[in-house]
Amino acid sequence: MIIAAENISREFIRQGKGTNRFIAVKPTDIAIEPGKLTLLTGRSGSGKSTLLNMLAGLLAPTSGRVLYGDTDIYSLDDNRLSAFRMEHTGVIPQGQTAVGSLTVIENICLSFMINGNTAGRAAVRSFARELMTKFGIAELENELPSALSGGELRRMAIARAMIRKPDIIFADEPTCDLDDENTELVLKILRVAADDGTAVFMVTHEKDASVYADVHFSMNAGEISTV
Amino acid sequence: MKLNESLSFRNVKGRPARSAALIILTALMAAAIVVGTITVTSLKTGLGALEARLGADIMVVPASAASKKNFENIVLQGSMGYFYMDRSYYDKVAAREGIEKISPQLFLASASSGCCSVPLQIIGYDPETDFTVSPWIRKSTGGELGLLDVVVGNDLSVFVGDTITFYNVECNVVAKLDKTGTDLDTAVYTNMDTIKKLTASSLELGMNDFSGIDPDKVVSCILIKVADDYPVDEVLNDLNLHVRRTKSFRTKDMISGVSDSLTGVSGIIGVLMCAVWGLGLVILFLAFTLSVNERRKEFAVLRIAGASRRKISRTVVSEALIITLAGGIAGIIAGLLIMLPFNGLIEESVGLPFLLPEAWVIAALCAAAAAVSAAAGAAASAYSAHRISRLDAGLILRGDN
Ligand SMILES: Nc1ncnc2c1ncn2[C@@H]1O[C@H](COP(=O)(O)OP(=O)(O)O)[C@@H](O)[C@H]1O
Ligand SMILES: [Mg+2]
Repeated sequence: MIIAAENISREFIRQGKGTNRFIAVKPTDIAIEPGKLTLLTGRSGSGKSTLLNMLAGLLAPTSGRVLYGDTDIYSLDDNRLSAFRMEHTGVIPQGQTAVGSLTVIENICLSFMINGNTAGRAAVRSFARELMTKFGIAELENELPSALSGGELRRMAIARAMIRKPDIIFADEPTCDLDDENTELVLKILRVAADDGTAVFMVTHEKDASVYADVHFSMNAGEISTV
Repeated sequence: MKLNESLSFRNVKGRPARSAALIILTALMAAAIVVGTITVTSLKTGLGALEARLGADIMVVPASAASKKNFENIVLQGSMGYFYMDRSYYDKVAAREGIEKISPQLFLASASSGCCSVPLQIIGYDPETDFTVSPWIRKSTGGELGLLDVVVGNDLSVFVGDTITFYNVECNVVAKLDKTGTDLDTAVYTNMDTIKKLTASSLELGMNDFSGIDPDKVVSCILIKVADDYPVDEVLNDLNLHVRRTKSFRTKDMISGVSDSLTGVSGIIGVLMCAVWGLGLVILFLAFTLSVNERRKEFAVLRIAGASRRKISRTVVSEALIITLAGGIAGIIAGLLIMLPFNGLIEESVGLPFLLPEAWVIAALCAAAAAVSAAAGAAASAYSAHRISRLDAGLILRGDN
């Protein structure tokens, strides 16, 4: 077990006539295991992204705890929680998320640029190149994101999530806007990462993805169930 | 790839057009500070120098010289003009009550012909009674002027040790005075004995320049220091009432005319500076807010890559600082390039005593302009920095599915 959620839920206040509370994720227990690709499918609006963000340390749950080992990550202050994200998690967000003023390799090394950290520069760079070669974007190293296709940008985002060799990778709809060829490429990359021992948590509404998964949950109106 | 190049710097470089526009804006703002404050301090310095140079409480000139034009020249430019009155007025004035010190001055215009090095204003003073010129001549030379010694104003291109010729009389330049920012900077000071030599020599040369001007018989103005227990105004009124065909001015009033104009000019400059800054700050604020808002997703990506809220807001503020500091420094340089080479032109166009302050004052003003520019960047970006750092990356990146 890498990350375990105990009874987490999330409410949103929706502005409508008056204020009404809306429960996006109902109290949920879930554990994410190393070396496994955990898949979460479900209809749009069922609460998948909300659950993923809570597990990834990006959105505090309304109730419940998210544990990394013995640590309740939401009991950490922002600096420590940020450091936790930096060291242990890699997130592939939904949609295109490149930093426009940075080249491809800089985008991939983003987490090393944050604190002006120059230690191990050569090592970081060579690992970035290794990832780029693996993902077929090696020759794009010094391009700006605006020059890349959707599939290439997604592979860049995956490399960015993997640059610090995280314990756990969160991927939110990583294949959603890709063609079949790129979809297969991305799913294979995540499968290999799981085979290498990383915990992978993937949210998708791609039916075919289940063949790559070790564990498969489905979500319906904020309620999770095993498939 | 340069991982050590800061993120903020890359963000600034990555949007060259936007950054250039904002840098130009902050350059304008900083230049406004530099030009504005240097102008105001130069006016103040000029006023101070004029005040120090006048050194007398009351100045008496022939009534005919007290025309409005002359008066303005005297007041605003420190230029004395050429007017003369009989020496008997000196005795009349000296006989009045409440006068502690009194000394005459004689103004001559040197000819522009071959016998003289340059055409300029020669001011003769009487070393025996003088109390206004001697103190700073003593300061400059360490002593009194001998016969044929002259002290030159700061704008004349002669140096100590040079000689300067008037009516074929060679005079020794023994000192050069500090700048006053007035016409006094192109004048030459000397004692009455030297003046006599010059007028005599001009007559010998058959020149009529000074035919009516006998240094023993005429004076141009009379400077007065009022005795301590007499109110200056009373003495002034007394002189204006009882010494006919002369006009007495209170030098403080002359200065106060200048200082009124100075207050006016400073006020206008202040208003202009505030307008530039008010508008500039609003534009900067909007630009930073928009640019951060546009890039919410990029900041969310930084969050997922492990940036703390503090780091996010620092990134935003340092982007602003890079822009405003670059603009500030460019503006300071531009401001100095306007003020330093063209201060003569500015002096002429404002028509007030105008004297650049000392280098360290200018340096301090520039440092202040840089600091204020940086502060403007921090202030204009503080709001967007705070807001973006409060946002939840999870919500920004949630997308539509
Ligand atoms: N910030 C928010 N404010 C209000 N409602 C939200 C917010 N974020 C998500 N929701 C709602 O929560 C539900 C689940 O959203 P999400 O987790 O993004 O679904 P999914 O990823 O499964 O499509 C949706 O109905 C959505 O409208
Ligand atoms: Mg979603």
